[in-house]
Amino acid sequence: MTTTDTDVEAAMSALRTTAPTTLRPAVLAEVGLADLYARFESPIGPLVVAWNGLGVCVVEAADDDDAFETSHLTRTGRTAYDAGELPTRLATAIARRLEGDRRVRIDLDLRGHTDFERDVWHKALEIPHGEVRPYGWIAAEIGRPKAVRAVGTALGHNPVPLIVPCHRVVRSDGMIGQYSLGGPENKRSILRAEGLDPDGLESVARSGIRFVGSDTTHIVCLPTCHAAKRIASRHRVPFRSLDRATAAGYRTCRQCRPGSSVMAA
Amino acid sequence: MDNDSPLLTALAHDLDGSFETLVREHQDRLYSIALRLLGDPRDAEEATQDTFVRAYRALGRYDPVRIGELRLRPWLATIALNLCRSRLGRRRPARSSLSLDAPLPGDVEPRTDADRGPAEVAASHDAVSDWAGLLLTLPAAYRSAVVLRHVDGLSYPELAVALERPEGTVKAQVHRGVALLRTAFEAAERREREEMTA
Repeated sequence: MTTTDTDVEAAMSALRTTAPTTLRPAVLAEVGLADLYARFESPIGPLVVAWNGLGVCVVEAADDDDAFETSHLTRTGRTAYDAGELPTRLATAIARRLEGDRRVRIDLDLRGHTDFERDVWHKALEIPHGEVRPYGWIAAEIGRPKAVRAVGTALGHNPVPLIVPCHRVVRSDGMIGQYSLGGPENKRSILRAEGLDPDGLESVARSGIRFVGSDTTHIVCLPTCHAAKRIASRHRVPFRSLDRATAAGYRTCRQCRPGSSVMAA
Repeated sequence: MDNDSPLLTALAHDLDGSFETLVREHQDRLYSIALRLLGDPRDAEEATQDTFVRAYRALGRYDPVRIGELRLRPWLATIALNLCRSRLGRRRPARSSLSLDAPLPGDVEPRTDADRGPAEVAASHDAVSDWAGLLLTLPAAYRSAVVLRHVDGLSYPELAVALERPEGTVKAQVHRGVALLRTAFEAAERREREEMTA
């Protein structure tokens, strides 16, 4: 039995096949025209994380998949495809970031948001693990000292909570305040997981204390600044206002820049 | 090609809105090219994904006139081919067509019906992996030419564009590749018959 070139050609055209169903979503996500999503176990319960080739674009409390896909499409105009699980690199990066490792890079896709919102969120990214700053501090730091309320609104619209740590931004009177990811109790438990004592912070705030200085260095800080936490109790000097601290010969800490929270107040 | 025109117009004026159509229309053929050049489904999927991503970025840089003049089938095939070549180049030390993992030509289940003609055989699944295995033993230049011409169905003028070679050269490569495949297939069949009668 002989084989002809035509037989070979027929055999070759039979080698044409169909692409795996995962291909198109992967392509569209890579160029940022669609998103992939997966569930993620966090200290405050199951979350949904969505991402694309540009970065992570959504972190939110897990809903049922259909509801998430529908609301995601409405909000972003992009289809979200269930990826089953987070890519290992992203899962590791998120876990390390939640443990306070700021060196790990997580790209974010914040398209479709205003410059102001992005400024607010980038500033929030600078707040170290285990520390908090008032809304007014962010407003002053981004050069919009009068926009305290708008800062609060922008933080409420943070599409990537936990990664952009809006839980580290508190009310200007020192109260912990609202949280977009499932309410204020979640905010308190995340802060507790970062080693802070929300009840303690609020009781200090209620007593009118806004700043803490050291009588050895004569530097004044926001109460949760890592430098302030190192002050021994016998050298700890509480202040109700920065004016009083300055009058007593204290200079402001260059790390937590407590002046920013006053400028906006 | 004429039937590209509406898609090219759409790509030129609304890349983000029309790119998914490009993916839908070309994903099967580009995946088939990559699979038959690389042999490994995971590799082929990645190479195809990279092909589309490259195409998207290129389309984003091109002006509408340049997009309008594109011939999508050979253009995309060229991108896929280049990406497959660099993948093959990277993995050559670890995996050649003679490694233990690769299916050897003729290394297939004994056929129950020895009288089936090649065209019939080609339709069955075993024959597909058989022919796919043979294809992977071809030298790269012949393999690319045969895959683009007979798996993908590019015309010779398109093939000349995709392979950046004169039409005469690519024609000769295709014919030589087909002849090599035919010889390899016949040799495999002979071996099989000998094994069955031994």
